[in-house]
Amino acid sequence: MLLVDRVPSSQSALSQNPYQPYMARIVRVYKMVEDNYLFMLRFLEDRLATTFQHQPGQFIMLSVPGTGEAPISISSSPSRPGMLELCVRRVGRATNALYRLKTNDVVGIRGPYGNGFPVQDLLGSDLLFAAGGLGIAPLRSLLWYALDNRDKFNRITLMYGAKTPGDMLFREELLSLVDRTDLTCLLTVDSDPTGSWKNYIGLLPHLFDHAEVDPARTYAAVCGPPVVYKFILQRLLDRGFTKDRILMSLERRMKCGIGKCGHCSVGYKYTCLHGPIFTYWDAINLPEMV
Amino acid sequence: MKILKLPKEKLDFFASVVQQFGEVHAPVEQDGKYVFKRLRRWSEARLDYDRTILPPKKYFLPPRETLFQYRNGAGYLPCSEGLDKRIILFGVHACDVFALNILDQVFSGKYDDPYYQARRKNIAIIGIDCRPDKHCFCRSMRADFVDRGFDLFFYDIGDYYLTLVVTALGDDMVLATGPLFEKVGAPDIEQYKRSSYSKRQAFRLDVEIRDLPEIFEMEYQNEIWDELGEKCLSCGSCSMVCPTCYCYDVADDVELGSRDGGRNRSWDSCLFTAHALVAGGENFRKSRASRIKFRYYHKQRGFVAEYGRPSCVGCGRCITACPVNIDLSEVINRLRGVQHAPCR
Repeated sequence: MLLVDRVPSSQSALSQNPYQPYMARIVRVYKMVEDNYLFMLRFLEDRLATTFQHQPGQFIMLSVPGTGEAPISISSSPSRPGMLELCVRRVGRATNALYRLKTNDVVGIRGPYGNGFPVQDLLGSDLLFAAGGLGIAPLRSLLWYALDNRDKFNRITLMYGAKTPGDMLFREELLSLVDRTDLTCLLTVDSDPTGSWKNYIGLLPHLFDHAEVDPARTYAAVCGPPVVYKFILQRLLDRGFTKDRILMSLERRMKCGIGKCGHCSVGYKYTCLHGPIFTYWDAINLPEMV
Repeated sequence: MKILKLPKEKLDFFASVVQQFGEVHAPVEQDGKYVFKRLRRWSEARLDYDRTILPPKKYFLPPRETLFQYRNGAGYLPCSEGLDKRIILFGVHACDVFALNILDQVFSGKYDDPYYQARRKNIAIIGIDCRPDKHCFCRSMRADFVDRGFDLFFYDIGDYYLTLVVTALGDDMVLATGPLFEKVGAPDIEQYKRSSYSKRQAFRLDVEIRDLPEIFEMEYQNEIWDELGEKCLSCGSCSMVCPTCYCYDVADDVELGSRDGGRNRSWDSCLFTAHALVAGGENFRKSRASRIKFRYYHKQRGFVAEYGRPSCVGCGRCITACPVNIDLSEVINRLRGVQHAPCR
């Protein structure tokens, strides 16, 4: 935990306040897809900006002044510190308010929270990323972490599906990965109204036909809408993955992010503390998990 | 720990002395029920009360509080108003102290909740012995006795209160009264043990919590949950009166014409429709049945996995508060197959 060790307040009772948001500036906003923008943020205080560290898969609580807080996963890799990148879909009150903000407006950040991916366990293994739609947001942090530390991982495969080329998040960035020889980047769209899509067309699971995967030495990182879990998880099991080598990033309502407010509780786990990254083994043993 | 005794007729004198340690709050009768309230005079205190409507939780996690003030340009300023207020809660039952000890665990750990912790530090607790009524099952929940989490505890031993002194503050209170407290002798101890035994015999309600988490696992699909979902009004009363329910909601209030305002938290209930609703409209517990099941499951199963015991102390408040008479002890006993009567 980084952010609790200092607080602007002089009130001693609250000198260590895990609920304290720290102000950050919106450095840039990229419209990736309608209602899916990428926000680049930097803490106003240099010391925070340079010392903030997170694990791939962790999230922050984002405060939009005058509106409220929402949990948002960190899309940038800890290997590229200084700036936080959040891929935010406009869906609720806080995100709608965020979309009304402009470059140089300020927001509040506290965190990072959650367990993140078990990076230590992943070192030396093959990585298989399977994401649908907005599911790429939390996986991108691990993807770039692995690519920036390429020598620490074995084979890397990315399977990403979107409805159409126009709906593909981080499209240019991901397309630029297709030609790289140090990873297999498989991109698919359900349909291509543009007629100019040069990658795969079809539903995400069919990318398995094009991926070389050795389940015994691979960890799979999966994130997407429920339909992705439904089909991808089955395909992974069919391929011979054990349930503890399938990692999923889950979403729940959260008000605190630190295991107090009770909202993200599933079964006997808190998504914010024990997750948001769960193994499939954890997930099938927790009711209402997926 | 120090063990002393206080002559019963000196209790009011003791109460007048402890005022110097803070504002004295105690159970007071209100419309035939009891509430913890600031005393205007000692004679208002009703130490023979059965249970208060709201548990002492309201002092430590208020129904609504402001965490921050937001000021444009200055950011989120922590709001510490009232956190340092000295209060003495006089006459807290063992189950309610036990519940605070459970909340202590929730509001500490990797992330301390500084608002709760500050109040816990500044509010003294004087516990008092009680007798179970027909809704009490604290003994089943192993919360009929506490050994910490309070400053003083009074046990009725006839003409005296046997007094456990467990904190330095409690000791200061005792010392401030001069020679009021006396040493205990063998007959006092005998009297305490007799009283403890008779209290144990007085319980009429019993639930077994050993292997209950496992039974909950096995009975996840039991039809009882649908039956309860049909009955439950999702009013959340059980959560509000529960001494160990701690779910809260956070919302920002804005002053008109600006972005300035307050960040407030208030009690929430897992029975409310929006408890598991996420942005975009997905609700992980849409049906009432799934929500009431979740409440039971979290308290009797999930909490055990996380903290080693159920988040229930058997105070009986949820049983008395439920407008449709859902009875936790009945639900548990029925799940265990002890009684096969349908849920009343």
